[in-house]
Amino acid sequence: MLVSEKNALSEELENLVEKYGTERASLLQILQAVQRKYKYISDFAQQEIARLMNIHPVEVNSVISFYSFLDSKPKGRNIVKLCKTISCDMAGKESIEDAIQRELGIKFNETTRDNRITLEHTNCLGMCDQGPAMLVNDKVYTNLDIENVVNILNEIK
Amino acid sequence: METKVNSITNGKKRTGPVIFSEYSPGKGIQKAIETGRENILFELKSSGLKGRGGAGFPVSTKWMLTAASVTDKKFIVCNADEGEPGTFKDRVLLMEYPELVFDGMVIGGYTIGAKIGIMYLRGEYEYMLESLEDYLITMRDNNLLGKNILGKEGFDFDISIRLGSGAYVCGEETALIESLEGNRGEPRNRPPYPVNTGYLGYPTVVNNVETLSVIPHILIKGAEWFKHFGTAKSTGTKLFSVSGDCKKSGVYELPWGITIKELLEIVDAQNTKAVQVGGASGVCIPNSQFNRTLGYEDLSTGGSIIIFNESRDMLKVLKNFMEFFVEESCGQCTPCRIGNVKLLECVEKIEKGDYTFAYIKTMKELSKTMQVASKCGLGQSSPNSFLSIIENFKDEIFNTSGGKNGKKR
Repeated sequence: MLVSEKNALSEELENLVEKYGTERASLLQILQAVQRKYKYISDFAQQEIARLMNIHPVEVNSVISFYSFLDSKPKGRNIVKLCKTISCDMAGKESIEDAIQRELGIKFNETTRDNRITLEHTNCLGMCDQGPAMLVNDKVYTNLDIENVVNILNEIK
Repeated sequence: METKVNSITNGKKRTGPVIFSEYSPGKGIQKAIETGRENILFELKSSGLKGRGGAGFPVSTKWMLTAASVTDKKFIVCNADEGEPGTFKDRVLLMEYPELVFDGMVIGGYTIGAKIGIMYLRGEYEYMLESLEDYLITMRDNNLLGKNILGKEGFDFDISIRLGSGAYVCGEETALIESLEGNRGEPRNRPPYPVNTGYLGYPTVVNNVETLSVIPHILIKGAEWFKHFGTAKSTGTKLFSVSGDCKKSGVYELPWGITIKELLEIVDAQNTKAVQVGGASGVCIPNSQFNRTLGYEDLSTGGSIIIFNESRDMLKVLKNFMEFFVEESCGQCTPCRIGNVKLLECVEKIEKGDYTFAYIKTMKELSKTMQVASKCGLGQSSPNSFLSIIENFKDEIFNTSGGKNGKKR
């Protein structure tokens, strides 16, 4: 990371901490904001947040490691999460899985070489009546079939 | 298809006896002010309303305990972290009926004397956040939130929305509170209960989205009207999220006390082999028990109904559930952390045919241990599907008739 990048990130984190407050209860919201923008929370960001909130960096890391939507390792620009819970599974999740892997040329828990998409599984999205379903970042797509899922993936920038 | 929540209050087509009946936004709050705090509690008590999230704790008791405590701060929290596999009723309520949920929270705030309400929205539902925030702004403009609500002197209340980050266990109320406090979402020991020591140590009421949505209707139409629906011990109606092998999956508002058979007819399910009631943490009911009723006295549920037809492999279903629990166990207590892994291992061994019945018996005993020794509802209920599927479908799973038809698993 360049020094100028570090400075910019520090300033951004300072603004976030100022917005949400330095109380412990704000920690998750701050982490979510960083995750939303950068798709992961870097070691440097974790240390800065800890410093600004006056807690130990391990506290920050322990919270990140608990939640499946928070990451401490870099990911692609977009995160695709396919629901693997029972109703989506019965609605044909496996064929969707195959179609996605074939189209992107990667397996689940991998990132495309152009860093465009990280592919993951997730548990129940609450779309059981319209499965199979997946999240692309924070947007939900339902009633997937092997044709429309490929179109959706190809539209992701 | 991308699901859009452009205008969450438009396009209402649903009808139902209680929740999906006519309601004009704010009317419940108006009625609450006219009724007064004590009478609201009385009305709720006589309505017999119990929590709709699955545990079924009487709402009036929760509210009374919090209302009675004397502190400078109290909170009401809406649990919008529905993560149980097969549940999506809260999604429908939040997207189509936000007025019911939020009015319910305001009524709760008024009754227990809280000034702050918090909605804990699961991370998977982040796409709803904007429209929900917009709805809150409309409420503030209409004096349904803010200072001196509807002209009632000293009735100040506001709601904020906080997001979860993809953890099933945060639907457990103390884990939810931990998460709100910025910690890992690990359940606390109970007691003390949140009604005494909740968010930031203050008395806190945590109610399910559906529970809150019922309350404005009860206040307006009365407890007696509410009790017309359902059974003596399970008053009112319930939202059922129906998915799986049926023609008409979706959310249904039906009176408590309905049998599984009746429900299957409504949703047009054919050749049904089994019904999972209550999601992954619920029980699996075989064909022979379809005359059992849904309600607190028999099959208590948060409303998840997953239907399996004759073509489904029940062991595969069970494996899906156990994989879910292995991932979602928070890892804090040993019975749940290790137990679920062992149960999944058992399912995999059965799959391979690498088991003895003595081993299966040990695993059943382990399940019993988990039910009594786990710290929270997750570990206490995760063996339910293991026990019920292994017991009710043993012929299929262990191929006990294999000697006769010669089929190997």
